[in-house]
Amino acid sequence: MVLKDSDKIIIEHPKLNFWDKIYLPAIGQGLWLTLRHWFGRKIAMQYPEQRREDIPVSEGGLRKSNYRGLHRLNKDDQGRVACVACFMCETACPANCITIVGGPAPWPDREKYPVTFEIDELRCIYCGMCEYACPVDAIELTPIYNHVGLSRRDMIFDKEKLLENYDKTKDIKPRKKPPIVGYSSDNKSETVEYWNKIEQENNKIT
Amino acid sequence: MLEILIKIVCVVGVVLLMVAYMILAERKIAGWIQDRIGPNRAGPRGIIQPICDGLKLLFKEDYTPDYVHKFLFIVSPCIMMGLALSAIAVIPFGGQIGEGENAIHLQIARVDIGILFVLAVSSLSVYGVFLGGWASNNKYSLLGGMRAAAQMLSYEVPLALSILCIVMLSGTLRLEKIVDLQMKGCWNIFTQPFVFIIFLFCIFAETKRVPFDLAECEQELVGGFHTEYSSMKFGLYFLGEYAHMIVACSMAVVLFFGGWQTLPFVNLFESHTLGAAVMRILIFLVKLWLFIAFYMWVRWTLPRFRFDQVMSLAWRAGVPLALSLLLLNAIIMHFYSPGSDGGYSFGYYFWQLFANIGVFVALIMIVGFSNPQLAAANKPILIDKTEEAS
Repeated sequence: MVLKDSDKIIIEHPKLNFWDKIYLPAIGQGLWLTLRHWFGRKIAMQYPEQRREDIPVSEGGLRKSNYRGLHRLNKDDQGRVACVACFMCETACPANCITIVGGPAPWPDREKYPVTFEIDELRCIYCGMCEYACPVDAIELTPIYNHVGLSRRDMIFDKEKLLENYDKTKDIKPRKKPPIVGYSSDNKSETVEYWNKIEQENNKIT
Repeated sequence: MLEILIKIVCVVGVVLLMVAYMILAERKIAGWIQDRIGPNRAGPRGIIQPICDGLKLLFKEDYTPDYVHKFLFIVSPCIMMGLALSAIAVIPFGGQIGEGENAIHLQIARVDIGILFVLAVSSLSVYGVFLGGWASNNKYSLLGGMRAAAQMLSYEVPLALSILCIVMLSGTLRLEKIVDLQMKGCWNIFTQPFVFIIFLFCIFAETKRVPFDLAECEQELVGGFHTEYSSMKFGLYFLGEYAHMIVACSMAVVLFFGGWQTLPFVNLFESHTLGAAVMRILIFLVKLWLFIAFYMWVRWTLPRFRFDQVMSLAWRAGVPLALSLLLLNAIIMHFYSPGSDGGYSFGYYFWQLFANIGVFVALIMIVGFSNPQLAAANKPILIDKTEEAS
């Protein structure tokens, strides 16, 4: 194809003025800058003694409400696992680290539940797509960043471990929306009533 | 004989200790300049860090590849470190203790050729780098070694010429006499500042420190001439580089900053007693450490030079400037030679300073008002073949 003159960009060397050509003032400025930093304030967090979650967010601390650390499976208000085994998180995961085996739920108000739910925390890229995809807000990412595993198998978290993460962090990071109630299609009216009530309260506020 | 042995043990011990702690100093200063704290876990404030580094280097696997030239591979780091330590022998770091025949001079070898010995040893240390790169049988090492050798040899010339200015005006090659003359008169930094600047960038290039460290830069040459080295051989190269730095810094202190004199015209601690000698050694060490801190300060400030810039700085800038200063200083020496009592007149110092400043200003004017011609390759040339074809 033919290059038009309007397509050509001519890049020239920048013109140096007198002070640039003799180099030394620029070197002097550079040395002065590093000297100021040498004797200036140091930004360093001494890790085991100071931790990032203790520092306020405005100074570089960790924002617990949206830090993407290890996963947890939330429990609903009756203490049962909130996941409905819809496989949306498994499908959404870019690293294919979630493995779910679904089965019929032992509880009357729910159709399915995950018989096993495994996340390989080492394959995970901590993007948060599973949290974003979940329709019942069952899987969330906690602010736990310093977990240590002694082998690769230790870092494949199964359902119990994920629920345990919930117990550890439900005070630090509470569930973000009111829990979904009324899972099964028989109890849809309960869910609808619940959401209507929330909407009324919100309208009163605004 | 015993005296010399004790001096050797003390000086080499202190130098090796300083070399080890320069590792810590480098990392701490690098951290402070980069708005962070350097290593502070190994002891209070990281004091034990050099011991940890040394132990780590000792415990690493000392692997000699099959394809290297065994003898040269093993000998090169030893050459580098050994030569740096032998150059310490002629550096005076205090005056003398005691009077007359039984005076203990704080200098291991009082040879006639003082400064020439240091220059010769630093020329030999090119071998350490060059042979290490060549013996490694690795193209990156070879390139690194070649570049390092070319750089070090090129910068020998302006270095020798600038030292020659000082030697000529002091009238002696002996280092302790140069310091004595500075103590009686004025420090050489005040009368020859531009010679000091030439000396400074020559020693930066001789010790291969930034901005001249292209022989070992990681971005271009993997590891440069020490790619194939591991464990204590690498440690010897590394420590040898720091030992060279110590030699170069102490040369700068002795030649330009008055050695062990406290302040430019203040003569404290000049008596020949032990206590005063200790203070003199301390003053020398403080100046040395300030210089080493300056070296490290420059390392974390300036970007690296390109190889052709390095060469042109030596041959097209360093040599003419040093030669012109040598010429001017020789003319001054002809007219203002020292009086019969060894004293120097005011005019002597003034004209040296004037010549230095004059050359500096002339250089700035020439460089500042020049119009560098850009290479023709920088101008875009477009040949539009599609129009010819259609």
